[in-house]
Amino acid sequence: MCLGVPGKVIAVDGLIAVVDFWGVRKQIHLEVVDEPVQPGDYILNHVGYAIRRIPATEIEATLALYEELLAAAQKDDDLMAADIRSEINGARDDRR
Amino acid sequence: MIAGDSGVAELKFRDPSRGRALAGTLARLVDDIGRDPVSVMHVCGSHEQAIARFGLRASLPPKLNVIMGPGCPVCITDVPEVDEGIALARQGVCVATYGDMLKVRGSVMSLADAHAEGGKVEVVYSIAQAIELARKISDPVVFFATGFETTAVATAAAILQKPPRNFFVLSAHKYIPPVMEIVAEMPDTRVEGFLAAGHAATITGWGVFEPFVARHGTPVVVAGFEPLDILAGLVRLVELVREERAAVENMFPRCVTKQGNVRAQEQLWKVFRPIGGRWRGIAHVPNGNLRLRDEWAHIDARRQFDIDLHRLWDQAPPPLVQECVCGDIMAGIKSPTDCTLFGRECVPDSPVGACMVSSEGTCKIWHQYGGHPDLGGYGAACAR
Repeated sequence: MCLGVPGKVIAVDGLIAVVDFWGVRKQIHLEVVDEPVQPGDYILNHVGYAIRRIPATEIEATLALYEELLAAAQKDDDLMAADIRSEINGARDDRR
Repeated sequence: MIAGDSGVAELKFRDPSRGRALAGTLARLVDDIGRDPVSVMHVCGSHEQAIARFGLRASLPPKLNVIMGPGCPVCITDVPEVDEGIALARQGVCVATYGDMLKVRGSVMSLADAHAEGGKVEVVYSIAQAIELARKISDPVVFFATGFETTAVATAAAILQKPPRNFFVLSAHKYIPPVMEIVAEMPDTRVEGFLAAGHAATITGWGVFEPFVARHGTPVVVAGFEPLDILAGLVRLVELVREERAAVENMFPRCVTKQGNVRAQEQLWKVFRPIGGRWRGIAHVPNGNLRLRDEWAHIDARRQFDIDLHRLWDQAPPPLVQECVCGDIMAGIKSPTDCTLFGRECVPDSPVGACMVSSEGTCKIWHQYGGHPDLGGYGAACAR
């Protein structure tokens, strides 16, 4: 029961929204979500209640965060050294 | 991650090349720490499910031990709580609950067994469906409410909407932050950092972990549930372990803010109060259980029904349950394969412990997906 499922809002009627989850439409309650929800928005659904409106811009922001993480790791000298060490060790690489 | 016309966005969070890059970074970080093993714990069944389903364990560095903590709400619902639901059903009261509670054994039987014996048990996806059921029939309907704060919020919202008079709630809801304290204080604990569940943090906000981090000096990273979310969360967590920096980091910003969903918190605490209680197999957890406040006594099944547990307990308890090591597994001290029952007496079709029941339970997931598969170096090769 603890899975959260994101879906796209199709229609809103008072405190009930019709939400599309990969082609399955369900009625979702809006008493808990802390921002106004409109058709076209994405929401995170949990046991029939929207718990969060997900702004589309934040999806890109998260991906940008991951790119940063990778870039930062690549700049790190120690990590590069670790990489080179494992190259040199070759067959003895313990990252099996 | 997202349905409909943003199908592309969904795939972005499952992009294999980004995943490989993150797994490679993770392996380098763990090597850099130079200890074996580096142990971190996630506290969410959904994390374990995603790790298993997408085969992430095979691409995790062997020196990184990702322990599944007490994050499955079905597994930690205590035996007497399950018994209360069963006793009510056997007393002729209609008990509605989430589908994953059906097969969980209490001290004598499961709700499914009670149903087979003629007890009234209804499976619902949402508390809203249980209320609809109560509106259709005049008999009392008890909603056996399980799950963490994320689920408790839905129960609170439904109660605040003034359900019909024949609707009652049997609350077995649990609150996650206190159990992290318990795990951190366990003498045998090897946990160097926590991966916190994104959905629970959507409600509570990541700020809720700051006092914990200050007290225990253990870093916490909030992570989402797509493969990249989990890998990125682990990378950040291992970075913090490497830097020996106790901090809270939010790697799920598209859903989690520092203060969380304040509207949801208001509803949660208006309806529930935290009290101490047992988590199945774990320990007594101070403030770990959520119970209805006095104001809602007229909805509280414990106060409105005489729940007869003794008639249930007169039947001898099954001896196998005593051999079950679910508690140690959830505390991260043992693996499912350390249990003598695992895969023999205890299988998904006939579970002994709660960990084998739920689709979020460690034992069920290990039984289904094989736990940490030995791919003869293939996994590590993929990670590079």
